[in-house]
Amino acid sequence: MRSAAKDYETVIGLEVHAQLLTRSKMFCGCPTTFGAAPNSQTCPICQGMPGTLPVINRRAIEFGVRTALAFHCTINPGCRFARKHYYYPDMPKNFQISQYEEPLAEHGWLEVTVDGQERRVGIQRLHLEEDVGKLIHDGPLETARSSLVDFNRSGVPLMETVSEPDIRSPEEAAAYLRAFRAILLYLGVCDGNMEERSLRCDANISLRERGETGFGTKVEIKNMNSFRNVQRALEFEVGRQTEALARGERLVQETRLWDADRGYTRSMRSKEFAHDYRYFPEPDLVPLTMDRARVEEIRAGLPELPADRRQRFMRAYTLPAYDALLLTQSRALADYYEAAVREFARPKIVSNWIMSELLREIPADDEKALAASPVPPKNLAGLLRLIDRGTISGKIAKDVFEKMFRSGEDADTIVTREGLIQVADTGALAAIIEQILAANPKAVLDWKRGKKAAAGALVGHVMKATQGKANPGVVNSLLQEKLSQL
Amino acid sequence: MRGGAGLSVSNPLTESTAHELVEKFRSGAATPSAATRAYLDRITALDPTVRAYITVTRERALAAASAADERWRTGRPKGPIDGVPTAVKDVLCTKGVRTTCGSKILERFVPPYDATVIERLEAAGAVILGKTNMDEFAMGSSTEHSAFFATRNPWDLSRVPGGSSGGSAAAVGADLAAAAIGSDTGGSIRQPGAFTGTVGLKPTYGRVSRYGLVAFASSLDQVGPLTKDVADAALVLRVIAGHDPLDSTSADVPVPDYAAELSRPIAGLRIGVPKEYFVEGMDPEVERAVREAIEVLQRLGATAEPLSLPTTDFALAAYYLIAPAEASSNLARYDGVKYGSRVASAKDLIDMYSKTRAQGFGAEVKRRIMLGTYALSAGYHEAYYAKAQKVRTLVRRDFEAAFSRVDVIVAPTTPNVPFKLGEKEDPLAMYLNDIFTIPVNLAGLPGLSVRCGFSLASLPIGLQFIGRPFDEATLLRAASAYEQATPWRDRRPSLG
Repeated sequence: MRSAAKDYETVIGLEVHAQLLTRSKMFCGCPTTFGAAPNSQTCPICQGMPGTLPVINRRAIEFGVRTALAFHCTINPGCRFARKHYYYPDMPKNFQISQYEEPLAEHGWLEVTVDGQERRVGIQRLHLEEDVGKLIHDGPLETARSSLVDFNRSGVPLMETVSEPDIRSPEEAAAYLRAFRAILLYLGVCDGNMEERSLRCDANISLRERGETGFGTKVEIKNMNSFRNVQRALEFEVGRQTEALARGERLVQETRLWDADRGYTRSMRSKEFAHDYRYFPEPDLVPLTMDRARVEEIRAGLPELPADRRQRFMRAYTLPAYDALLLTQSRALADYYEAAVREFARPKIVSNWIMSELLREIPADDEKALAASPVPPKNLAGLLRLIDRGTISGKIAKDVFEKMFRSGEDADTIVTREGLIQVADTGALAAIIEQILAANPKAVLDWKRGKKAAAGALVGHVMKATQGKANPGVVNSLLQEKLSQL
Repeated sequence: MRGGAGLSVSNPLTESTAHELVEKFRSGAATPSAATRAYLDRITALDPTVRAYITVTRERALAAASAADERWRTGRPKGPIDGVPTAVKDVLCTKGVRTTCGSKILERFVPPYDATVIERLEAAGAVILGKTNMDEFAMGSSTEHSAFFATRNPWDLSRVPGGSSGGSAAAVGADLAAAAIGSDTGGSIRQPGAFTGTVGLKPTYGRVSRYGLVAFASSLDQVGPLTKDVADAALVLRVIAGHDPLDSTSADVPVPDYAAELSRPIAGLRIGVPKEYFVEGMDPEVERAVREAIEVLQRLGATAEPLSLPTTDFALAAYYLIAPAEASSNLARYDGVKYGSRVASAKDLIDMYSKTRAQGFGAEVKRRIMLGTYALSAGYHEAYYAKAQKVRTLVRRDFEAAFSRVDVIVAPTTPNVPFKLGEKEDPLAMYLNDIFTIPVNLAGLPGLSVRCGFSLASLPIGLQFIGRPFDEATLLRAASAYEQATPWRDRRPSLG
């Protein structure tokens, strides 16, 4: 008798394309800014005009080297561009200048954390290439009567990074992408925006029986425009493939498209229709030789990367691992944290406020929004100082934070204008307490009879009477004093 | 059919070489406008017979000439060829002037930019007369593969001028331009140079910028001059050579004053004569003329020694894999989407691609696209493209070994004299025309063809000099010494 259900292991490899933040394109001098009028950022070279020739953007090579070093890759002593051929109207030359046999870098790894567990995912290769243009169809592709081509994006530098098939779950794939993106942002080589397609991911996924070392039939999934969609598409695919295998079906090697609206993948082309890209070395460019000294210079100039920064946060600020991981997931957030700590030197309190208040307003990985936060680190520190000095209560501070976020004003301005300064004046508070005690004889009686909880209700009345501005500690001790005198 | 249209349009200006013209401009004996008008008149009279030009840029030429007049008048010429009426092969992009590459698919293509060579010519004051005919996308050796019309050999109008730069060569040979620019991928400057009795110089790969040269085979293409004599070739090369930041394969190597090198004697020059370049089946008149030329060089003080370039036999096969492979890639962009022709009746994208390309390309171009696509295809890549690259390395090494012993190699430019239009219908017979020029492109070396006599039927014969990388100066010096010592320069075709 055979057991009914087999145990399958998921095998995933990811290909990530990242647009590099160079000012000009990969092979010409056109600007790379997103969102300009169609075809306004083009020249004969990126339009693939007859007779034009590419010239390598040195800055793109540097960005590639930076990233490869951050991924612990070996920088090849020489690399070479190659032509990859296929016909599509968004690609003006009908070949893409990419790298094939001689990529910029190989054999690296990336640290990925899932459920507090750290794993290394291997990186097979990293290479540079040019982006293609964009087609604008007159209606849905299937029925469109005409299509327009915008070559603004044509020739924008792209960095392709191919992972080893080391990823074992959709969740881990999402974690890989988060870690990947964080590193790009730390390095300042890509803005990481998946919606604007400056970061794109294709996935290869197959299943195999647990314990197998060979690979099952692999399926490539395209068209996933967010980390969440990558995870959803892969989860769908694990289910689809598991069911197919359970039914005894043979999977076919194919490319499938993720449909985010309908939540499933559908076949785009099978292996028989796979392109023959007819690669050959780009004869218009000479092979690049990597200057070792320059590579070492770039290595020395690398910023502190997320993993190192996390360790340092735990060490230098004695933060819990959870806080350190969260605060270092983007460079802007970690920078924000450290700037705030410099102004208000109680690291755990700063961390708490960032995690509970700031990140309620801004996603942890939104570099731009963090850098432009209406509550800059200095103002957060200012707010925390007011609590620390007893000027306002923690509770009021939360409202003040929200007001600061909406208006961009600092804490002092809001607290002063709205009269939120905490009442700690014992004389003034004593008078209010007298009134409250007189107005609540029942609660006083309860307290005298030993129901000590009645004091809480009385504190509440005082707080209400002062619109929350009373210092709760002062109120408590004054109240105890008065009650015991009665 | 021999001779011209009957109209006598011979003129001392159109018979002058470029350097002679420049002397006349300097002395005031002539003006660029007068020279330009003389050439335009001659084009009007004779080009309907020779058919060298696809486009004549009459108004632009006259305007440029008039500006040159002013510069010469005030004694401030722009450069060494200021005011020289020059023809340009229709493979170099000219801003605002259509650039067809001899193809229907680019019949209406007007480039928005100038090739670097055009910029350099104009910066030196050259007056561009127009764009010359060529085999479609520079693929051919007779200019019969132009999508528009065939160009005739000025020495015998029933014969081809060679190709693919046949229009430029015929223009210079028929005195329809003082100088011309061509391009050479496997012999396309030197072979038409030989066939029209003009001087054709293919510079070292990387010597002249390819920016704006519509690519045929990127690793082999070079731009170079076709001129009436060697001194003119030196003059024009000086203008167009040099590093260009827009062409990563252009070399940052100093450009010498070639004209100043010409007067240096060639005594002691070591000449190599490769035995593989004297083959069975070649025209005995060509062999005799080349052997005699070698004797002339020896009389001038050069020493000649036989040598062997053993991989010569494989060069043609390697070339016909590498060049089509690169061409199949370079020509992929002509798809009807962006510029050039597009068929209107397509039912979908693939249909538009295939109909546009089926109608836009001629048979020879399609043949080479198919050859190249095949050579690069999965499963055949190693056996064809990769193997051909290995042969290319061996060819280069052959030359390197030879140049450790000699300063220059001398050989025939072509195995035969100009053939009749329509004579070589078999593509292979046509390809064999280039067996002596192709190895030079594979090795990236400079090569120059100069007139070295005539057949009994009064057809010109070409002598080829092959040099070390970036040593065009030695080629020009040797060719000039030879030219000065022989009477061949004095003959002109009788066209009228």
